[in-house]
Amino acid sequence: MTKKKSIFDTILSIFLGILSLAWIYPVFMILFNSLKSEQHISTSSIFELPTVESFVGLDNYLNAINAKGFMTAFWYSLVITVSSLVLILICCSMCAWYITRVKSKLSNACYYLFVFSMVVPFQMLMFTLSATADRIGLSNPYNICIIYLGFGAGLAVFMFCGFMKSVPLEIEEAAMIDGCNPLQIFFLIVLPILKPTLISVGILETMWLWNDYLLPYLVLDRTKGYTTIPIFIQYFKGSYGKVEMGPMMASIMLTVLPIIIVYIFCQKYIIKGVVAGAVKG
Amino acid sequence: MEKAIKKYWPIFVLPTLAAFSIGFIYPFLQGLYLSFCKFITIDNATWNGIKNYLYAFTDEAFLHSFFFSAGFTIVSTLLINVIAFAIALALTRNIKGTNLFRSVYFLPNLIGGIVLGYIWQILINCALALLEKPLLAVNPTFGFWGLIILMCWQQIGYMMIIYIAGLQSIPSDYLEAARIDGANEWQILTKVKIPNVMPSITICLFLSVTNGFKLFDQNLALTAGEPGHMTEGLALNIYDTFYGRVGPQWKGYGQAKAVIFCVLVIVISLIQLRATRSKEVQQ
Repeated sequence: MTKKKSIFDTILSIFLGILSLAWIYPVFMILFNSLKSEQHISTSSIFELPTVESFVGLDNYLNAINAKGFMTAFWYSLVITVSSLVLILICCSMCAWYITRVKSKLSNACYYLFVFSMVVPFQMLMFTLSATADRIGLSNPYNICIIYLGFGAGLAVFMFCGFMKSVPLEIEEAAMIDGCNPLQIFFLIVLPILKPTLISVGILETMWLWNDYLLPYLVLDRTKGYTTIPIFIQYFKGSYGKVEMGPMMASIMLTVLPIIIVYIFCQKYIIKGVVAGAVKG
Repeated sequence: MEKAIKKYWPIFVLPTLAAFSIGFIYPFLQGLYLSFCKFITIDNATWNGIKNYLYAFTDEAFLHSFFFSAGFTIVSTLLINVIAFAIALALTRNIKGTNLFRSVYFLPNLIGGIVLGYIWQILINCALALLEKPLLAVNPTFGFWGLIILMCWQQIGYMMIIYIAGLQSIPSDYLEAARIDGANEWQILTKVKIPNVMPSITICLFLSVTNGFKLFDQNLALTAGEPGHMTEGLALNIYDTFYGRVGPQWKGYGQAKAVIFCVLVIVISLIQLRATRSKEVQQ
């Protein structure tokens, strides 16, 4: 019985190993093609590893980085992600604490409105949202975080509310008796307890913010050259004339690599964050 | 204590609520109103009654995109969940390399839809060219299956993580008790494991169905609806109606389609949550 089982497990291991090689192949293919020279990237040679004659080192990467707008797009992506993330984490955790601690019809209504907003597809608001943002001056990378706070509030508030029940009420009451005001209670007591939740929500929101395409594409004022990484990659592809495959693959790698590096170091938190988000969601 | 907190509402709730009004409530209500109007910009909207809706329901491209989305959602939901559950079962057996496999399968999730779409477009087109088959841009069948492969590649890892967490939370006494009672592996799977991971199944089905209907980035990057709107999902069709056409009537049509789409997604979510919640067991 045990021997049979161990043979089965070995076969399973080998099978899953082969499957995981197939799984990373697409990324790997982009990686080795990004190291080839332009004329060696064609439909017939795309599955071949770089050879001595086709290998060009990091030339494509330098071309991609020097391409007009890549670094600005990278910078704007970073600004938008970080500012929106900070705003969402602080404002939504405060809002969620208030909603769970103050029981009234109004706070209940707010809660259900937030839950409702999670289901509504973006296409429902895309036109009106971008018009509104344009009108009140939120269509640049430094102010768009307010739009993100509004549109992303649903998920964040919902998740924080789910976790808020695990914060013991007694500690808060003790602090209140000791003379803390609600602000002190929240920032000195509740927030430190919520740290694992903050990480979970933060990771889910970062995955969304960094990769979001349609919202920044419609809301940001493109006539002023505001782009983010996903929009920029599309320009590479969609520009008229011949597509430059080498720099395009290099720019794909440049957007994927930071994600992979962060993933390698924070894997534990990311997977925990996904599980926590799903169980509460 | 409640009273003390209540006084602080401008600090705690107001920022989020103000942004929520700008980013959700106001555009949502305005969108509802505009779906009954003819407009190019918001300022010149004129009342148009239900003409937009009548058009939407008779627009063949829209109906086609509905069936495309529905078909895509059914196939992708089934494939993603069956494969993800199978991998999760395999990875909870304590075999060698479990952690590495889990990391690798999860990886594609972190890459954005647009980038994923381009990676697979290059890969699939080159493979098709080598096999001397028509490319993605001219063959809707390949476009459909290309999207399915792409979505599986992206989503299986995510669902797998949720299933693994569900499987690991089953108390080991249940499994031992079943073994002592003489249950075989198949019976343990169907009678103990699956009923106990029902909450995970609810979540995963919910996520994959809504993801399937809301599919946009991947659709745009992989096929962009080519050839001739044949591989266009609902979300992409709405986008195309809004921004891909010239003429005063199109934005109203697009907004009406968006409202229909929104109602559809809400109804599906409600039905599904109800249907699977009733199958859950108490632990």
